[in-house]
Amino acid sequence: MSADILLGDVSVGTELPVLEKLVKPVTVVLGAMASRDWRPQHHDYKFATGNNGLDDIIMNTPNLAAWFERYVTDWTGPKGRIGRIKFRMKDSVYPGDTMQFAGKVTGVEAGAGGVGWVDVAIELSAGDKSCVGCEARVAIPESAEANPWSLKGDAWKP
Amino acid sequence: MASKSADDLPEEVQSWIEQERYTEKTEFPIEMGYVMTTLSATQNGNPLYWDAKVAEELTGGPITLPTMVSVWFRPHDWSPGRTEPAVPLQLHFDLKEKLGLPEAVMSDNTIVFGEPIRPGDELTTTQILYSVSGLKTTKLGTGRFWDFGVRIVNQKGELCAEERYTGFGYNRD
Repeated sequence: MSADILLGDVSVGTELPVLEKLVKPVTVVLGAMASRDWRPQHHDYKFATGNNGLDDIIMNTPNLAAWFERYVTDWTGPKGRIGRIKFRMKDSVYPGDTMQFAGKVTGVEAGAGGVGWVDVAIELSAGDKSCVGCEARVAIPESAEANPWSLKGDAWKP
Repeated sequence: MASKSADDLPEEVQSWIEQERYTEKTEFPIEMGYVMTTLSATQNGNPLYWDAKVAEELTGGPITLPTMVSVWFRPHDWSPGRTEPAVPLQLHFDLKEKLGLPEAVMSDNTIVFGEPIRPGDELTTTQILYSVSGLKTTKLGTGRFWDFGVRIVNQKGELCAEERYTGFGYNRD
């Protein structure tokens, strides 16, 4: 994990370090259980393939959200506070896939309270397969003294 | 903004649009053990969650991972007295049943985060259906897209998150 980045360190076009992760069956099941998702397409091969027409068990959406959060805050450091996250599922992530998270900054703006906003577009792919498109809006400090987590109520506008 | 719904929906489903349904409270304690499991599953070493000093400095004490917001409402697969498995996002499963679309995937998901959720919080959630499309065919099969939302507030009435989902319910062709 990086030390906390500051708003001035970031500009449109800044690329986040790429994260790669080989998905094993345990990756899928652990993620589903961690997110209390007992649905069989995330742990039962026969159900996933026979009932749902999938190629194998698949990573579940809430756990993928946690992977995206990890990817963003690996870059921002612990002061990075995600305000909004949007993702579009395009294809499933299966055991045997190597997930690749690649992000790029698409917007930078100053905010209130010494805290600014950064918009990041992230692509999760597995080989040639585009799996999930993600847009994240994250609050980061403008100075070492500022703290995005201190914003509350009307001061927090993601 | 919600899409316009199809004209050929069953009357019952049509009556659900823009109505708050399934107001529920968390049925198990919000605590850091669950957070640690998600951190482990995603190999997330953010010291905000692992180091009490960092949490005290930045967030005035421990908070849960924001993207875990839906986890707190996922019911137990079994609990005493329950004769059928409870399901999260009951609205989604109701739509599958009422529209005769037994399979489903989520295609879009947006979460807007508010007040952090902390261990010991008691949360309340409501589900709202915004729209249901006409029949469409994808590589999975033929079915309908639906757009619905979930609002989560804590025991102080503070908004913790708003989620928006697009599901695709289908029959395999």
